[in-house]
Amino acid sequence: MKTIVKHRLFWPSAALVALIAINAAVRPNFVKITMLDGHLYGNLIDILRQSAPLMLVSLGMTIVIATRGIDLSVGAIMAVSGAVALQIIAGSSEPDNLGVVAWAVFAALAVSLVLGAWNGFLVSVVGIQPIIATLVLMLAGRGVALLITGGKITTVNSSPYKYLSTGYLLLLPFAFLLAMAIVAIVGAVERRSALGVLTEAVGINPEASRLAGVRSRGIVWSAYVGSGVLAGIAGILYSSNIKAADANNAGQLIELYAILAVVMGGTSLMGGKFTIAGTVIGVLFIQTLDSTILFLGISPDQSPVFFAIVVIIVVLIQSPSMHRWVRGLKHSPDKQSPVDAPSDAEVAA
Amino acid sequence: MTTLETAPANTRTSFASRYHTFMSRHGSLMPTFAAVAILLVIFAGAQIKFGNFITPGNISALLLDNAALLIMAVGMTFVIITAGIDLSVGSVMAFTGIWLAQMLQSGVNAAFAIPIMLVGGALVGLLIGLLVQYFDVQPFIASLAGLFLARGLAYIVSTRSIRVEDPTVLWLQSARIHIGQFYITPTGILALLVVAVGAFVMQFTRFGRTIYAIGGNEQSARLMGLNIARTKIAVYVISGFCAALSGLVLTAYSGAGYPRNGIGWELDAIAAVVIGGTLLMGGRGYVLGSMVGVLVFGTIQTVISFMGAEQSWTRIIVGLLLLLFIVVQRAIVARAERRR
Amino acid sequence: MLVVPGPGLDNGHVDQALPLLELTGATVLFGADAAIDNVDFRMFPGEVHSLMGENGAGKSTLIKAITGVLPLNAGTLTLAGEPMHLHSPIDALHAGISTVYQEIELLPNLTVAENISLGREPRRLGMIDSKAMRRQAHAVLSELGLHIDPASLLASHSVAVQQLVAIARAISADLRVLVLDEPTSSLDVDEVAELFRVIRELKQRGVAILFVSHFLDQVYEICDRVTVLRDGKLVGEYLTRELLRIDLVHKMLGHKEAELKERHRTTTSDTDEQPLLSARDVTIVPGIRDASVDLFEGSVLGVAGLLGAGRTELARAITGIDRLHAGVLLIGDKEQHFSNPRKALAKGIAYSSENRRTEGIVAELSVLENIALAVQADRGIWRRMKPARQRELAASWVEALGIRPADLDRPAGTLSGGNQQKVLLARLLALAPRLLVLDEPTRGIDIGAKVEIQNLVGELSENGLSVVFISAELEEVLRVSDRVAVLRDGRIVETLPSADMTVDSVLALVARPNQDEARA
Repeated sequence: MKTIVKHRLFWPSAALVALIAINAAVRPNFVKITMLDGHLYGNLIDILRQSAPLMLVSLGMTIVIATRGIDLSVGAIMAVSGAVALQIIAGSSEPDNLGVVAWAVFAALAVSLVLGAWNGFLVSVVGIQPIIATLVLMLAGRGVALLITGGKITTVNSSPYKYLSTGYLLLLPFAFLLAMAIVAIVGAVERRSALGVLTEAVGINPEASRLAGVRSRGIVWSAYVGSGVLAGIAGILYSSNIKAADANNAGQLIELYAILAVVMGGTSLMGGKFTIAGTVIGVLFIQTLDSTILFLGISPDQSPVFFAIVVIIVVLIQSPSMHRWVRGLKHSPDKQSPVDAPSDAEVAA
Repeated sequence: MTTLETAPANTRTSFASRYHTFMSRHGSLMPTFAAVAILLVIFAGAQIKFGNFITPGNISALLLDNAALLIMAVGMTFVIITAGIDLSVGSVMAFTGIWLAQMLQSGVNAAFAIPIMLVGGALVGLLIGLLVQYFDVQPFIASLAGLFLARGLAYIVSTRSIRVEDPTVLWLQSARIHIGQFYITPTGILALLVVAVGAFVMQFTRFGRTIYAIGGNEQSARLMGLNIARTKIAVYVISGFCAALSGLVLTAYSGAGYPRNGIGWELDAIAAVVIGGTLLMGGRGYVLGSMVGVLVFGTIQTVISFMGAEQSWTRIIVGLLLLLFIVVQRAIVARAERRR
Repeated sequence: MLVVPGPGLDNGHVDQALPLLELTGATVLFGADAAIDNVDFRMFPGEVHSLMGENGAGKSTLIKAITGVLPLNAGTLTLAGEPMHLHSPIDALHAGISTVYQEIELLPNLTVAENISLGREPRRLGMIDSKAMRRQAHAVLSELGLHIDPASLLASHSVAVQQLVAIARAISADLRVLVLDEPTSSLDVDEVAELFRVIRELKQRGVAILFVSHFLDQVYEICDRVTVLRDGKLVGEYLTRELLRIDLVHKMLGHKEAELKERHRTTTSDTDEQPLLSARDVTIVPGIRDASVDLFEGSVLGVAGLLGAGRTELARAITGIDRLHAGVLLIGDKEQHFSNPRKALAKGIAYSSENRRTEGIVAELSVLENIALAVQADRGIWRRMKPARQRELAASWVEALGIRPADLDRPAGTLSGGNQQKVLLARLLALAPRLLVLDEPTRGIDIGAKVEIQNLVGELSENGLSVVFISAELEEVLRVSDRVAVLRDGRIVETLPSADMTVDSVLALVARPNQDEARA
């Protein structure tokens, strides 16, 4: 029993299960799943479908955070990606043509890759702090997206494109399957190749990794490229969902929700060991919470208040001072002892 | 005698020695000078291109159209100099603005409503400050919580805009005071006042010195006996208060409270502050520099609209300018480190 | 602004006065280990006192005890006869004990005057009175005979000047005891002279000064008294004019017991064998200058010298960790340019850092992952070692080196110092290097593990590996090595076969007073 509780996925999973249970208790319809039009239908299925963009963005964010970085530009990249794809489709005379859609998707992803590479360049080569480097794109990116769409909200009517976010495959939403497939692929790459453990080494102790011969620069750079591409896919899904490229609203605040999902899942913001499974659970939790709030009749615009509370709770739980305070309550205050043992460097001289 | 004198020795030319002394005293002002230079360049360029750019009317409008951002940037400067960051200010501005509008609409007297909404902003700042100081939460995350909280609260107050009809508030924006051909409104005066007070506090009070000290080296500052905790919390309270003040100004300016206001404004504020010469790493910066940064932002926006181009170009250009400043800052830091 | 007036003490007449600061029976524990054990220490007003000892001797702990950073587990601290309990550095400050740290703990982004008065700025009508502040700073600086512009930014000055400003800040409040922690590490000859002038000025005012430095010459030049620590215990307190340098070094390093396999020393007739790696006039300012040394297969080169002599700098220079400012490295006859550690590793040159915590072990990764790290990094991202193979590799090294506990999945950060060092060794040895540079591999490790590592070095060299062994413990260096390079003040003084050397002869080389023109 103890090993289960100590497992780092325990608390996030427990939180998710608890949330679903509360919902189910209050309205049994929440967990009801039926068949409709040849696919599964129900609240839970909707949650899975809607979670796809956040899932992808959070996946990228997990890897970036593992390298001790952060990517604030994912929302902007989403907006640009959606804008590029839709402009191509809108500008074509055959929006339903599969080839056109494929080309639009390809172009959008290519642009996202370049943007991610740009971030990676600033961080790993020029040496700018990740927060600042990605802030630039966060600012400028939306402007670029607005330019591409000409400030208007471009709408398209393309069934292949629409399918991406609203279609179903094998009973489940295509968007969800796509997201999970990508999660599975990335997870496999990280763990089956040495990329995962080398990324963790770079995040935990960059200097020791360097001395051991790890190619830190390449690892950090590719983390940002990955984050960019994943944000690009998320942007396509988002714009496919609303059939519009709303450059102002696409991915609004999504970087913040992604960071929350990553932190909830158990990956530390300080970098190092990361867990993709934890992030997945974090994303599902956030999406379920969102749905819960909606159900309570609260306007989606007001939901941030609940997320503020979640952020504060998560952060307090993980705060070392909190741990110290709780421990202090358990033991009687005793003779003040030195805070740490000396490191080798301190014992010197 | 020894050779450690940094005062000019006889063998140096007097210009070189005066330059050296000047740089050693005012070196940290260089980025701000650069910002002023850029501002002048933009002005000059625009004047040449459009001919009627530098007019009293335009200059006056420049201040007034950006008064809210200016006040927000002053608060942000305090936080950034301590090496922190406050992402909540745009949302706090929206929240306090719509709250004000709603209070006024329900008949609360402006004399009460205004102080209440200002306190509200300060309280959000206090929450962030407590999380940062006492729970070791990174400012990024703590202010993120503040952002979520304030944005949600804004929508809870109202999901749609609320017009303001209160004469006092409207007067803040509508009254014009003419100085020659220039004009200014009470909101403009308020903004300039905030800048003046902010600059004064930073330069001439112990509190200000402590802020610079924390940003320079928090560990040293603590070892030197300064009260870190109180100061760190105070800067977030100040930032929240300034955000609320900009909420007041924006509400007066647009004649209504709107819960979707200020989305992304915190980034604009951060960009203005950095362009104005404040280091994101903390320890260096000037309130007046942030004012220059806001003017650069506003001028670019005006030029873009003169050109009839898309407004979205503003954010792109500001983003690029920000990048340029950061790369240059990084190059200077790298060179200083290598010399050590 | 001033100081306890002492009986005007000059160099030497001390015994009349009472100590200003006194530690009696001081003990500081870290867990079950005593970092300092029952140590007595005293400082007299108007006297410069030096604290000497090698790494791990307890110097920094003692300093932390008198400056309020660490509390005493046993013993008492008295200041001017009054017992004191310091709970924090601020308590020490208020008591008149001020410290100037090696990394200047001032604020580079503020001006000199602001730094001097920070926290106590003169005010007028609630506002800081900058003019008065500058005037006060100017006054303090002039008292010390310094001409530094008070309105200039601290960062615009060299480290030497910043240090003097730190001292000025210290005396601008009531100063009784001044602790200088390695103050001259980054100073050149003139700057040191200036610092010493200021120190003498302070002596005149009756300040008690603690001068912590590993530069023997400077200690002998400026200090009146010296206290030697070894392994956390007090060896003795002496007047510098009564203690020969060689005796001082002897007391610091002492004699150690160790059972060691008798080594078959390689008698290298260096002329016919090609060196594996040669360094010629290698220089990295300011740590190591004009160093030339040859490294041979199957041979162990020991590097001896005091702290600060350039041992680590030499190691990092020849293994590509730091870029050379001058000089070349040759393999065969080809010049090598190692722009990063990876290039050196690719040539079979491996470096084990003395800071195993910050530059060695990746704490949260498991023992298995730590051992396999360099091999994996070398194979790249796509050619991952099969988990079974990794486990086999790690297990074999765990057994070969006796790593305990033999749990491959434990986070490496939970292992003891000795075992962490072994993990680090395993990581490098798994690459089958040709040259292994070990920087302080046995520091902070218990006797048993020390001997294991020393024996291991012998075995490795017998198998053809070239080893560079750096250590502060001379017996260890002599026993393990075939040849020893002796460093002093950043230069290699001699390189001799260890069979021709004894501890005393090495001490003599290490302690020899500087024939000063040789500097710069």
